[in-house]
Amino acid sequence: MKNENSRRSFIKNISLATFSALALSGCDMEAFDEFLQQNFRTLSKKEKDKIIKNLEIKYKEKYGKEFHVSDKPAIEGTLFGYALDLSRCIGCRRCVYACVKENNQSRDPQIHWIEVLQMEKEKGIDFPHSTAQYNPEKVPEKGYFYVPIQCQQCKNPPCVKVCPVKATWQEPDGITVIDYNWCIGCRYCMAACPYGARHFNWGEPNVPIEELNSEMHYLGNRLRKKGVVEKCTFCIQRSREGKYPACVEICPVGARKFGNLLDPDSEIRYILENKRVLILKQELNTQPKFYYFFGI
Amino acid sequence: MNFIRFIAGGIKIIFNGSKTYYTWLILLLLLILWGGFGYSGQLAHGLIKTHMRDSVSWGFYIGNFTFLVGVAAAAVMLVIPAYIYDWKPIKEIVIFGELLAVCSVIMCLSFIIVDIGNPLRFWHMLPLLGTLNFPSSMLSWDFFVLNVYLLLNLIVATYLLYCIFYKKEYNKSFVLPLVLFSVPMAVAIHTTTAFLYNALPGRVFWNSALLAPRFLASAFCSGPAILLILFQILRKTTKFEIKDEAIWKIAELMVYAMFIYLFFTIAELFKEFYSGTENILYWKYLLFGIGDHKEIVPYSWSSIIMGCTAFILFLIPKTRKNFLTLNIGAVLIYASVYVEKGIALIIPAFTPDVLGQIYVYTPSMTEIRTAVMIFSIGFLLFTFLSKIAIAIVFDNYNIDSLNPKNKSK
Repeated sequence: MKNENSRRSFIKNISLATFSALALSGCDMEAFDEFLQQNFRTLSKKEKDKIIKNLEIKYKEKYGKEFHVSDKPAIEGTLFGYALDLSRCIGCRRCVYACVKENNQSRDPQIHWIEVLQMEKEKGIDFPHSTAQYNPEKVPEKGYFYVPIQCQQCKNPPCVKVCPVKATWQEPDGITVIDYNWCIGCRYCMAACPYGARHFNWGEPNVPIEELNSEMHYLGNRLRKKGVVEKCTFCIQRSREGKYPACVEICPVGARKFGNLLDPDSEIRYILENKRVLILKQELNTQPKFYYFFGI
Repeated sequence: MNFIRFIAGGIKIIFNGSKTYYTWLILLLLLILWGGFGYSGQLAHGLIKTHMRDSVSWGFYIGNFTFLVGVAAAAVMLVIPAYIYDWKPIKEIVIFGELLAVCSVIMCLSFIIVDIGNPLRFWHMLPLLGTLNFPSSMLSWDFFVLNVYLLLNLIVATYLLYCIFYKKEYNKSFVLPLVLFSVPMAVAIHTTTAFLYNALPGRVFWNSALLAPRFLASAFCSGPAILLILFQILRKTTKFEIKDEAIWKIAELMVYAMFIYLFFTIAELFKEFYSGTENILYWKYLLFGIGDHKEIVPYSWSSIIMGCTAFILFLIPKTRKNFLTLNIGAVLIYASVYVEKGIALIIPAFTPDVLGQIYVYTPSMTEIRTAVMIFSIGFLLFTFLSKIAIAIVFDNYNIDSLNPKNKSK
């Protein structure tokens, strides 16, 4: 009896607090709908279509241009894999900025999904002795090599395992995605990720309107809000349309390779079969689909 | 109806107090306001107002959360010795221990709420309404056990007070199983919280099987320290009777806990430093700093020094049985565990980060003010609950005093 009482009043308090908070922030019905929106994976086709249409209208009103938001599912028979040629990478960081632009990452506060580490050739892959803050006139610097790191798209992702609300999951084509409307922002996934691949919107993200990429995917580069986690999705809005991720396209030395691991004739399969590849932190059994190799 | 009158009686008591009592309330309210304005900045601008960043993505809030889980757990675990050694006021110890646990768990949950980026989406964790990732996520386990523990303590403490208030004999076959069940639950909440950090192989600093045992040992140091002081205050100001021997016994049990904690920590340090792998970096950052980054070194050493001093004060019978040195020791061990959980447990796990980069984190003013707000709310709640409990348990405050004219009711 008492138990029921306290629970009832608890629920009442919560809803009261919610309503008043919404009222205080001056939100309307739309925000309320958004607040009540369910986990993306439990939504019906009809609900998804409606949400996406509303999103496109909202963006148009706000930014004054046409947006296309897709929710294209994984194509059957695809499992995306990535390979990066350590012997070619020169550490120019063009991939970092191409990624920022393609995926509408916040400029201030700054979010980068790719981090390039400079390592000493003598030490090999050694994280504690590496630096992300290198800033010479010209790269590559003598005696150093470069290891760009982004989401390793693990087959056994620790981030998915720990998420308390199933806001992040692995799609059938192997891409781990986040429902930005469902993420509560607890950052447990960031504590669990051994690659520092997950990034949090500590403040309200800022993207200049003229630089907005209007080709979006709901689980990828659509605009995020403060308080949610985001990460590399192999440019899901591009890769599911048969295009290369932005970082692959921009790389001036061709160090980045991308393709379908299930296709025996793909370039990525050729690399896996003919080059010596390595994965980062193999001992953790995360089983990345992001391979590093030495092409020359 | 009866329950409403019980609540009304409780509320009446809250507003009835001495000048000191009101001064204390006003002080707490001022602290809540001061902290609340700090927190409102975070609500408006986001967690960017804290010093946490992608490298160190958990900080002071989560540390405080962990500390309070320990307090909540230990408060109830005191029931075991009270039962075994047959201390006279076992019912009172249960009531105050459980009230302390209730307040601690509420503070724990508050620290989680201020830490998450979207507090309004908290309902995503509720069963049926949301999609709780149970049993895969340790956080879902923690959320579950904490809530069960909160309810359990709330029910037992309220029921006992309710019975005394209505001058009824309480139903032993209802209370005893719940009290006994709350003891393993106390162990469960702290173990689950340790497991939350423990099994993240990417965070080597936490990836030690000794983490959960160390958690429990340290909780057994800090939790009883509060009750030790509380019992003395109660003994001075109310009719609460607890023998010196019982208090010394608590102190003695704390010495064992401290010794075990010390032993576990030394075992951990030996393994790390003698094997001398790369994983030593995190302990180095904690104890000596890396390069010029020595920001948290003073915290870790102050915690060590306070802890060791308390251990010595509690170990020597003469200082353990002297109430001045005993209380100094209690405050020291409480502070030591607080710094250990608040700073030394969380930050080194993230520094250097998983890619070996160092971002120096210390709590921002917003984080400190938010923590002050939550602690003040917790203290306020505990003050109110203890005030009601004291009136009902010791001052014969009952249904008759609520309704003096209508004595037959």
